[in-house]
Amino acid sequence: MFNYNFRWNQALNSLPQMLEGALVTMEIAILSMVIGISVAILLTLFRLSGNRLLYAIATTWVEIARNTPALFQIYMVHFGLGGFGIHLSPYLSLLIGIAFNNAGYLAENFRGALKAIPETQTRAARSLGMTPIQAFQNVILPQMLRISFLPMTNQMVWAILMTSLGAVVAMNTDLYGVTSDLNARTFRTFELFAIAAVIFYVITKVITLSARLLAARLFRY
Amino acid sequence: MIEIENVRKSFGALEVLKGINLTVAKGEVLTVIGGSGSGKSTLLTCINGLEPIDSGRILVDGVEVHAKSTDLNKLRQKIGIVFQQWNAFPHLTVLENVMLAQVKVLKRSKAEAEAEAAKQLNHVGLGEKMSVYPSRLSGGQQQRMAIARALAMSPDYMLFDEVTSALDPQLVGEVLDTLRMLASEGMTMICVTHEMKFAREVSDRVAFFHKGVMAEIAPPEQLFGAPKDPELQKFLAATH
Repeated sequence: MFNYNFRWNQALNSLPQMLEGALVTMEIAILSMVIGISVAILLTLFRLSGNRLLYAIATTWVEIARNTPALFQIYMVHFGLGGFGIHLSPYLSLLIGIAFNNAGYLAENFRGALKAIPETQTRAARSLGMTPIQAFQNVILPQMLRISFLPMTNQMVWAILMTSLGAVVAMNTDLYGVTSDLNARTFRTFELFAIAAVIFYVITKVITLSARLLAARLFRY
Repeated sequence: MIEIENVRKSFGALEVLKGINLTVAKGEVLTVIGGSGSGKSTLLTCINGLEPIDSGRILVDGVEVHAKSTDLNKLRQKIGIVFQQWNAFPHLTVLENVMLAQVKVLKRSKAEAEAEAAKQLNHVGLGEKMSVYPSRLSGGQQQRMAIARALAMSPDYMLFDEVTSALDPQLVGEVLDTLRMLASEGMTMICVTHEMKFAREVSDRVAFFHKGVMAEIAPPEQLFGAPKDPELQKFLAATH
């Protein structure tokens, strides 16, 4: 039954390629978070705007992002849009798919955070002559981001792990894609995926720890 | 000058202001007393346009507050307001709290805003606390910070909405002292308050509100010494 011979050396020789893939994975995750946070702030404003259409757009986005598999979301960006003649590279499809998912989850986190900020904060800002936008930007937003900081860290970890879903759009330059290609050539399945798993683990741990350090620096109040 | 002409305001079926007429001259200190639900706090939030009114009008230096053409953000720079809940911005230091609106609204430079903030914070006795976050301040200190924050906008009028009501009793004095100081400096002020002794000392006139009506208005010695309105007589008997 156990006649599998481990060949760690052979697998470890591929480490440089896998680390390059890891860089692509991190790049996609970071970009998808930057886009995701920006869009989530926009969706939050849509929901606050009092405009029915904007509210409906934001709510639909959040509902789809949170209640359908991330894999479908990425698949739709690549092949669904492809049906309309919009052909995106695997890299872009994966990035947009994850960013879509991030924005939906984060918008919901932001909504929760806003509930925790007393309405009187806005009133105080407005009574000092600030416009609604100035009040949001300078008084509400910083507090909202602070309250949502932990959920944002979690979402970042998810974004890293979601890059492996690039498999469905034939993405082959990220950590999962590189590992999968190597496996197809060498069949050192256990070794290669074990190494990839360790790399994933180290990346997410580093993110969680740096987030904690960053929080201590940013939020001194 | 603040002119309030026949102002009416309802929340749903409840009419909280039933035709208020009142003029506050430049340099005057007016205190407004009355039971809860008498409409006195609502009047303040109407004066700076935070609340709409149903009819009548309010003029501040001749500008109609609730006219569509009025730039409320601009008007509010003239009218400082401090609430019962002081609403410190928790993510900013005390100094930054007082600087923010100066920079964003008045477009003062950082250096100017900082100098003005330091001046006002020293004025209210918080010179030592400028670099800390509000969470490190007592309620009385946070309330004085809120006063400094409003004063730093160089307002012509200051409205105080029960600014001592949420404070522990031992902290009330320091905030009232700050208000006394402002009154003695000639600031035009409307103070909604439950502090009768304070009202008697600092006011040029005292107004008594009851169920949305301004039942009596007079200089303090007259209003407290010889109240005419029967509701006011009851109110004073109950608070003494």
